[in-house]
Amino acid sequence: MSLPLDDLIGQLGASLRPVRRLPGPLVRTGTWLGIVAGLGLVLACFAKLDAIAHRLASVPDMWMAVAGAALTAILAAVATFELSLPDRHPAWALLPIPGLALWIGATGLGCLRHWVIPDMHPATMRDTGDCFSFIVGLSIPLSIVTVMMIRRACPLRPGLTAAVGGLAVSAAAATLLTLFHPYDASAIDMLVHVVAVSLVVLANRAMGGWVLSPKPSLPRL
Amino acid sequence: MTPGAEQRAAELDAAWGRLMVAAQGGNRVAYERLLRDCVPLIRRVARSQRVHPDTVDDVVQDVLLTVHRALQTYDPLRSFSAWLAAIAQRRSIDALRRHGRRDKREVYAPIDYENHADATATWHEEGTADMRGALVRIAVDELPAGQREAIELLAMRQLSLDEAARSTGKTTGALKVNMHRALRTLRTRFGGNVE
Repeated sequence: MSLPLDDLIGQLGASLRPVRRLPGPLVRTGTWLGIVAGLGLVLACFAKLDAIAHRLASVPDMWMAVAGAALTAILAAVATFELSLPDRHPAWALLPIPGLALWIGATGLGCLRHWVIPDMHPATMRDTGDCFSFIVGLSIPLSIVTVMMIRRACPLRPGLTAAVGGLAVSAAAATLLTLFHPYDASAIDMLVHVVAVSLVVLANRAMGGWVLSPKPSLPRL
Repeated sequence: MTPGAEQRAAELDAAWGRLMVAAQGGNRVAYERLLRDCVPLIRRVARSQRVHPDTVDDVVQDVLLTVHRALQTYDPLRSFSAWLAAIAQRRSIDALRRHGRRDKREVYAPIDYENHADATATWHEEGTADMRGALVRIAVDELPAGQREAIELLAMRQLSLDEAARSTGKTTGALKVNMHRALRTLRTRFGGNVE
């Protein structure tokens, strides 16, 4: 072994401090889901739960869309905390795909129902604006929580990890949006959801990736 | 792998796991021993990923720094060798990507460059200060990224070790290692006459 490598090891040894072991990814996922569930309980205090329950029971594709969003949030959260560990394979990023497929498929089915069945009450432009604000607004604090939770880990793909975290956050926000979503799905509503989720994912990738990166970019001459 | 070799590998893995747990508790001796012991495994993984021999030491350094940052993420219930090998594999892929990007962006044609201004000019015979500077610049550009960064910051921009460490986020030790390697490479390149 060359002397410089010995020097490096000596430096690393000199800067060693006792560390508190990070809880496993499933424990951290459970904690994150607990925080989201707690937030959901608080929001539920302001929602008309009877009306929501009636709507979910009477419109199967809406129930499936909510299940898809919730499944996406759960799978993306698992993937995020797995990806935050340095030895995990980047293929974990594919885990949320089944939930995402169910979510998009069921929402698309809702749009189709709106076109073939008369007397439906699809979301107006103003309603969709509220949906957008809700998803983005709720995603901001949840994104901060998520980045704080994965910061102590050491993701080797910070941008990818943060982007999947953004998907988890936006899917959770979309799930909680159901509590305040008293209208049927429409193409414009679906489009606004897609834009809001994409925006959150991209913002997380940019900001979260920057925060999670181990060092600043190299200044070039 | 024979049963005997498997057993030896399992014993070594268990021993490394114990050293890592001690390192997590702040035991410097165990930590430094562990880092020294695992260098051959990192080199083996890097070579198996077809990392260029000149870059293997950079991968070793990257992996050691990653292990240092990721100390708290190691779970003693998992195999230390598998944990380390996975990190080494990812860092090797990073090195291959960096190398690939550099190869796409830059053309290695020192003869063309040297012959551009004056086909008869050589380093030993008619090299002017400008030409020497250009040749050194080319040699620096061809260094691996970590070594190039160290020489640019410490030698060309005359930053102190602490300033360079703050600027790059690397430890002063890592920068010294890269500087040492860069100077060695340049000395070899110029026949041991460059100071």
